[in-house]
Amino acid sequence: MSESQSGDAFVAFERVQKSYDGETLVVKDLNLAIPKGEFLTMLGPSGSGKTTCLMMLAGFETATHGKILLDGVSINNIPPHKRGIGMVFQNYALFPHMTVAENLSFPLEVRKIAKPQREEKVGRALDMVQMGDFASRRPAQLSGGQQQRIALARALVFEPELVLMDEPLGALDKQLREHMQFEITNLAHQLGITVVYVTHDQTEALTMSDRVAVFNDGRIQQIAPPDELYESPQNSFVAQFIGENNTLAGTVREIRGGVALVELDDGGVIDAKPVNVSRPGERTTISIRPERVEVDTARLGENAHTLKAEVAEFIYMGDVFRTRLKVAGRDDFIIKTRNSADQKRLKPGSQIEIGWLPEDCRALDAI
Amino acid sequence: MSDMTTTSQPVAPKPGAAPQVADPMLAADGTPLKRSLARALRAQKLRALMLIAPLLIFVLVTFIAPILDMLFRSVENQVVPNTLPQTVVAVEGWSPDAGETPGEPVFEALYHDLFLAAEAKRHTRLGSRLNYEHAGLSSVFRSSGRKVDDVGEVQLDALDALDKSWKDSGFWYALMSGGEGAAGDTAPLKAARGRLERLTGENFGGDAGFVPGQEIARILPRTVAEYSTFALFTAIDDGKEVARTKPWEAVKVALIQEIKRGADLAGYDGPGAAELRAARDMAAGQPDIDFKAAFADIDEAWDEIATWRTISAYGGHFTSGYFLNAADMQNGVDGIEARPENQRIYVMLFQRTLFMSLVICGACILLGYPVAFLLANLPMRTANLLMILVLLPFWTSLLVRTSAWKVMLQQQGVINDVLVWLGLVGDTGRLVMINNQFGTIVAMTHILLPFMILPMYSVMSTIPQTYVRAARSLGATNWTAFWRVYFPQSVPGIGAGSILVFILAIGYYITPELVGGTTGTFISNRIAYHISSSLNWGLAAALGSILLTAVLILYWAYDRIVGIDNVKLG
Repeated sequence: MSESQSGDAFVAFERVQKSYDGETLVVKDLNLAIPKGEFLTMLGPSGSGKTTCLMMLAGFETATHGKILLDGVSINNIPPHKRGIGMVFQNYALFPHMTVAENLSFPLEVRKIAKPQREEKVGRALDMVQMGDFASRRPAQLSGGQQQRIALARALVFEPELVLMDEPLGALDKQLREHMQFEITNLAHQLGITVVYVTHDQTEALTMSDRVAVFNDGRIQQIAPPDELYESPQNSFVAQFIGENNTLAGTVREIRGGVALVELDDGGVIDAKPVNVSRPGERTTISIRPERVEVDTARLGENAHTLKAEVAEFIYMGDVFRTRLKVAGRDDFIIKTRNSADQKRLKPGSQIEIGWLPEDCRALDAI
Repeated sequence: MSDMTTTSQPVAPKPGAAPQVADPMLAADGTPLKRSLARALRAQKLRALMLIAPLLIFVLVTFIAPILDMLFRSVENQVVPNTLPQTVVAVEGWSPDAGETPGEPVFEALYHDLFLAAEAKRHTRLGSRLNYEHAGLSSVFRSSGRKVDDVGEVQLDALDALDKSWKDSGFWYALMSGGEGAAGDTAPLKAARGRLERLTGENFGGDAGFVPGQEIARILPRTVAEYSTFALFTAIDDGKEVARTKPWEAVKVALIQEIKRGADLAGYDGPGAAELRAARDMAAGQPDIDFKAAFADIDEAWDEIATWRTISAYGGHFTSGYFLNAADMQNGVDGIEARPENQRIYVMLFQRTLFMSLVICGACILLGYPVAFLLANLPMRTANLLMILVLLPFWTSLLVRTSAWKVMLQQQGVINDVLVWLGLVGDTGRLVMINNQFGTIVAMTHILLPFMILPMYSVMSTIPQTYVRAARSLGATNWTAFWRVYFPQSVPGIGAGSILVFILAIGYYITPELVGGTTGTFISNRIAYHISSSLNWGLAAALGSILLTAVLILYWAYDRIVGIDNVKLG
């Protein structure tokens, strides 16, 4: 299976394992194929193994088991400086004793490129990130965003085909971060490079990537394009980790025609789409996105199941209303409604009825 | 209370108040903002000062003041003008170019100065001082102090033979004080007190039981001056009654000289007037006292121009002599000149000190850098263990460590024994590794190594690993990443360690003293020698001043080249 999968892949992990202490595995049986030109994000909580994967790819960590292939060639035993992979570090790692131009010139110098070409390439790279006027500055004289651009330019100046980024935007403020997200994706697509991007910020992952690999506990939980990841999470962890999510615990009563009938713990019965439940009697966790919950149950079909709910809290957030409900014995059920002209504002304490389409409600593995 | 707030405490400007653009910014109460701020900060500064005051005073009293005093000794030369006050004034008009020793008045002044110095037993101190500049003068002064009583013996005997009252202490007392109820003149007494205090450095305040007579002080000023000095010394230092003590020969010599030169006795009718006139007539028949010949008789050095050149050259209150000496130079016939070849030692010692300190510093860098690098890049637990090993020498006495090197390096020591056992050197050809420069360099490198490692380590531990990783990901080999990226960032640590080690090394004393032998000693050992053995503190201070200046200049140069801001100790 792995042969066919990684045959045309630019970067491939084949059954890769990594242990630091010989007792626990930080990365457990990783298989991943990245086609050329893809922007892939590794997303996960800290300690999930995503940075270790990146470091193995860069060559700073060695895989305990398995193969890492770059362009069809195993790079397990190739030292980092011969891999030709560009890398942007979390704190930029710009050399403080060199000017911006010297920083950019460094990878070209060690590749023994002649001076005139070097200067031309450095100039082009600086223009690419709109930092042409800053060539003679020192990194300490630049703002965080400017340093970020220089780090990016330095990783790109020797024209690598693969660029790794380790939480490169973590140190920037929100506005700058959003701006840089846009610039990085633009640049990547423009240059046609393959990017492996590590972050723990799910918004960043969703907005920037072609595909997102969600890491947890040393494994990839799901790898999919952002929309699929959000709308069709394959398990409870992904559903919880990506976006806001409501969960209800219950037991599968029957599965018929692609619809599972789930009896909630308080006795209520709802329809759900079976994702990883297969037989009646199985425990399950129901996952519903807050914006897919319908307050106006009349809009739902005839035979849709509805639940009773009590409004606990109403939060005005500008573009949306966030309402906390007490449903099926839980008081952390969130719904989001758009702040449109005809939307009614729910009063705390009032009794309402809520419902959803069965395909928006996913029966996942029990937590 | 409200009054207080408006006058003494600046209040923040009211939001509505229009800022005055042209003038300096004003606080709400109208005072300039800067002054207002300074006033507000004054209390803080005062409090800070109070906090450091105990330490500051302690350091000033026990450290700064002694050092300044010591440094001052390198130019101070009080002992010559204080011991020979009249001589150095009299010799001013003399020049060694004249080709002969100074004239009678200078020798007469020398007689009086030396007589008093010998009485107060201060002449040997002067002798040892001048001996630094002119070898042999120490014994000249010692013997001259012993024999100075004999000068003018013939004339003194004649005076005593003339009338027995000249041998009577009561008579002298009456003569000099002008008798009961005579008008007194305290000026000679005051001058004598100053002279004695400068000479001995002790306090001569208090009642001498003697006041010179006004009349006699006018007629015989030098005699009265000498007698006053005698009286004060007798009363205060010896604790005897002046009227019952026979005056010094110097007083009688002064009297003979003065009456012989025609002191105006015509109008004098005080006590002893008749004896004075008789003495005058007697003195007229006596030959003059030949001071020059008398001194030449005591020691022929007094008949040499070189002796007088030294006294004349070092007669001032301040001298460059010690510094010249410290630079292997001296005040010669034609001004400043190099010392004879066999007396040159200090320039060579300074050069050796600098050179060896540089070698030690370099050795510390070479040995310390890898260790600091390892310390900074190892996991915490291992690094701590290694750090203890680095610090271990700190907890061991310096003497123990130095002695250990003696055991290791001596010819019958551990290293030589092992080499002989291995057959690498023959039993007769054992290596000489101690009591020379090699021994000093080895032992001091070992002792100063922690001072190099610690600043290096503290700088290196602040260099994130990502820099080297970034360099390697950019295509640099291990070596290039180290040399182009890591090393430049660790240079401030090398700088800090080097300054520390170099400055410590340049003034090191104990280790070179113990393992340096003759070829491995530093300038500090010579300074210690002058402080504790030869007691030439002036020269020691001059050497110390030069050392201090050298360190300050190096420090300044380092600041200019590297920048002291780049030095990090942690």
